[in-house]
Amino acid sequence: MLELSVIETAFTPWQSLAGGVLIGLASVLLMLSLGRIMGATGILAGVLTPSAHPDKSWRLAILAGMVSGPLALMVLTGAMPVVDVPVSMPMLVLGGFLVGIGVTYGSGCTSGHGVCGMARLSRRSIAATLTFMLTTGLTVYIIRHVLGA
Amino acid sequence: MRLVSTYLIGLIFGVGISISGMANPAKVLNFFDIAGIWDPSLVFVMGGAVVVAFLGYKIVLRRPAPVLDAKFHLPDNPRIDARLLGGSALFGVGWGIAGFCPGGALPALGTGQIDVFVFVAALIAGIFAAKGLMALTHARAARVLRPET
Repeated sequence: MLELSVIETAFTPWQSLAGGVLIGLASVLLMLSLGRIMGATGILAGVLTPSAHPDKSWRLAILAGMVSGPLALMVLTGAMPVVDVPVSMPMLVLGGFLVGIGVTYGSGCTSGHGVCGMARLSRRSIAATLTFMLTTGLTVYIIRHVLGA
Repeated sequence: MRLVSTYLIGLIFGVGISISGMANPAKVLNFFDIAGIWDPSLVFVMGGAVVVAFLGYKIVLRRPAPVLDAKFHLPDNPRIDARLLGGSALFGVGWGIAGFCPGGALPALGTGQIDVFVFVAALIAGIFAAKGLMALTHARAARVLRPET
């Protein structure tokens, strides 16, 4: 069993646009203050290094801020963001492991390449983004329509 | 000052991700399911984020240096190689299986949902596996180049 079920979701253009604007704003503010790329992969990997790296503290601070996001939203709106996981545990583990290997070799993910790199018109990031958008789409197609979850 | 402002930037990112739907695997997987129950919302996330970051970077990068650091830390590797494309392709397969990307999953930890922790644990394992593999191939390449050592 690949997916537990397919959950229908409503089209939310305004909410998604507002979220995207905030993601872009955070990226600009991080560049303005520390001169850094807002990439989740780089931030997480930097925190995981065993040594007492001098760049660790700002990465921990930004990570703490990220994790506070849903709680802040809870305070503001009275509801936690919806996190519906239509995927079985083994697939979640397999997917997570592949994402970890992929973003390490690919030096970035949706935030680093897809937002910051694209915004800088980096050819490398554009190539990375086109590649992962394509393979994500193919994987979803195969799971849902070929294997038929 | 540095850590407080960085925490707040993380918070803006976390709220943005939470509002946008990127932390919701059901929505992410439906975005990629163009042949099925397509939910195009995430076009607006990436569109909004890239446009804001593009315009903001244009203004910020005119400065000689960021506000709280001596210089901008911009990736300057121009190479589009097999490692970038292979890694990105693998990332996409994992994203299509699990529905979480790193930037979506890290803020989602704040909801306290167990599946998010499972994904992030597997993600971290994948990052360590890739780093180990890289160190191994690096050491082997060094041995081939200097066989006397």
